[in-house]
Amino acid sequence: MIAEQKKLAITGAEAAAHAMRQINPDVVAAYPITPQTPIVEKFAQYVADGVVDTEMIPVESEHSAMSAIVGAAAAGARAMTATSANGLALMHEIVYIAASSRLPIVMPVVNRALSGPINIHCDHSDTMAERDSGWVQLFAENSQEVYDLIFIALKLAENENVRLPVMVNQDGFIISHGTEIVEILPDEEIKKFIGEQKMMYSLLDTKNPVTYGPLDLYDYYFEHKRQQVEAMDNVRKVFPEIAKEYEEISGRKYSFVESYKADDAEYVMVALGSTNGTIKYVVDKMRQEGKKVGLLKITMFRPFPKEEIQYYLNGKKGVVVLDRSMSFGAEAPLYAEIKSSLYEVAVRPQLGSYIYGLGGRDITPDMIRKAFDDAIEGNLVVDEQRYLGLRE
Amino acid sequence: MMAFNIKLLAKNHKEDKFVSGHRLCPGCGAPLVPKLATLVAEALNYDLVVSNATGCLEVSTTIYPYTAWNIPFIHNAFENAAATISGVETAYKALLKRGKIKPEREIKFIAFGGDGGTYDIGLQSLSGAVERGHNFVYILYDNEGYMNTGNQRSGSTPPGSQTTTAPVGKKIPGKLQLKKNIVEIMAAHENIYAATATVGDYMDYMNKLEKAFKFDGPAFIAVLTPCVRFWRIKENATLDIAKLAVETKYWPLYEVERGVYRITRKPRQFKPVKEFIESQGRFRNLLKHPMASEIIQGLQDYVDRKWERLLALEEATKDKPIR
Repeated sequence: MIAEQKKLAITGAEAAAHAMRQINPDVVAAYPITPQTPIVEKFAQYVADGVVDTEMIPVESEHSAMSAIVGAAAAGARAMTATSANGLALMHEIVYIAASSRLPIVMPVVNRALSGPINIHCDHSDTMAERDSGWVQLFAENSQEVYDLIFIALKLAENENVRLPVMVNQDGFIISHGTEIVEILPDEEIKKFIGEQKMMYSLLDTKNPVTYGPLDLYDYYFEHKRQQVEAMDNVRKVFPEIAKEYEEISGRKYSFVESYKADDAEYVMVALGSTNGTIKYVVDKMRQEGKKVGLLKITMFRPFPKEEIQYYLNGKKGVVVLDRSMSFGAEAPLYAEIKSSLYEVAVRPQLGSYIYGLGGRDITPDMIRKAFDDAIEGNLVVDEQRYLGLRE
Repeated sequence: MMAFNIKLLAKNHKEDKFVSGHRLCPGCGAPLVPKLATLVAEALNYDLVVSNATGCLEVSTTIYPYTAWNIPFIHNAFENAAATISGVETAYKALLKRGKIKPEREIKFIAFGGDGGTYDIGLQSLSGAVERGHNFVYILYDNEGYMNTGNQRSGSTPPGSQTTTAPVGKKIPGKLQLKKNIVEIMAAHENIYAATATVGDYMDYMNKLEKAFKFDGPAFIAVLTPCVRFWRIKENATLDIAKLAVETKYWPLYEVERGVYRITRKPRQFKPVKEFIESQGRFRNLLKHPMASEIIQGLQDYVDRKWERLLALEEATKDKPIR
């Protein structure tokens, strides 16, 4: 049954903090960095006011934030942190260790351009640097999705067949500092939904001592890496079940991808994050003009939902992929994945790669329309990287 | 305080928490460091959880699928043993508070690190954890170099010691800098019990372990731990050389409790630091170098000044804790 929800006008950062308040984790360790700072500030206030009884560790760096959270999670605590950009890069080493230790950590990531040069605004270079780390990566389009995906992430991370850490990405400033209406579920509904974490292999279980992080050489390392593949595969099975359960209480539906008028479209755009909102606006305008355009929004980037992408994009005339980060000397991250997924389909569409919005550069409806027009005019070149809103 | 002796430890001992079969070198000083810590904790009726920085101790005791640790153990990375244990200790507090765990005995938390993981790459993480006041004991086993990776220079390597990254050459007589004074750095956090120890003086180390476990707040013990392989010493010389370090003022045994200094061993007379230098093959190239006597005299002057300073600090800080 769908619960009665409170509507609040809050930012994406506040939505993340609200979700953390309702989770009331055992331990939070975080280090402030723009634009993640309001999440930590808001949560610290909840702790100071006794709204939550979380133990908060005000660490001296993001490296220590992730290190402490690994320790806390290995001790059996429900443990969270949040970060952005250079903070995530500083954590990088321990991001891998968290995943390979199979620790169910949930981390809101407020996407910001990675230095250098230093820039505090949105792009996806920070999270893309972690795409092979073994974390599940979810992308929110708006503050509501930030709020919802954090609970889904928690339940997914703690699932016994998964036991993997999850990043919930939101676009820096655009989502994190933009005020929107967010529907907040009652505390007790969330409590029921997330349940108690089942403690597994806790360091505090002194009667059953375990060794975390042993030296794992050529005789076993390979097999352990293979097990991480298995856990990722299980995400594909478990995620729809959890999303369904969440839909039952919230009325909001989540899946690996969201099709927005893509089913009958001839030309489809693919993107991550807040830009999907702008693309929907352009799709509506162009549909009014009789143009058969649509959108495939990627909610889950890792594991990559290849089957869903093949299902929606097989047989389309043109597919435009927008990337908010680059892979210098190679194709952009999302484009490379989409292109690779379409190798196996019966009827391959024309494909075009468009880079946009680096360092917070604005993306306008006109730019999106331009990319759609390229597709409609048959002007997509599969191995050409194009740029939207760049001075050249 | 409990008056420790080996007999008492043996009497209270039920089960090895740090077991044999690990792959540390014959004669290595390092295994004594956790061995004694686990025995003292057992005698005091504490359970332990251990974190360990990357290094000799960690790689030699946890080669998958084996482990020498009969207690909960976590190795995270090289530079974060203190941050990691701060997370474990906070989880303990949180889960106790919420009634999610009901331990039979009080749990104490130890982080072990070598000099690389402590003086150098892990210093920030350690300082942060101490400043935040977590209840844990950080135990440094100091073998004065990156021995796990084949003897590279660290912030703890003494002048003139042969290492592969600061070798004694025709032009440069090895490392030129003195050791970083890690105990003073830790003592400067003020909320801490900080001490030196050696594997050559069990009683002193065990007494300090007891104080560290019972101290309300972070504790730090720097244990001078000879490395057979790269100090170029005989397997049966480990403990004697550790003792010689104390007898030559090279490694004075003392403690600083919230700013109050106390020297725990005051030898009636000292030997020249040259004896310590000459006892180890790692200084062999230095001894052949034209600048040898200058460097050794410099070290002698330094340890003399350090000892005088310690005596003065002991006098000046008596009954005057800073916090």
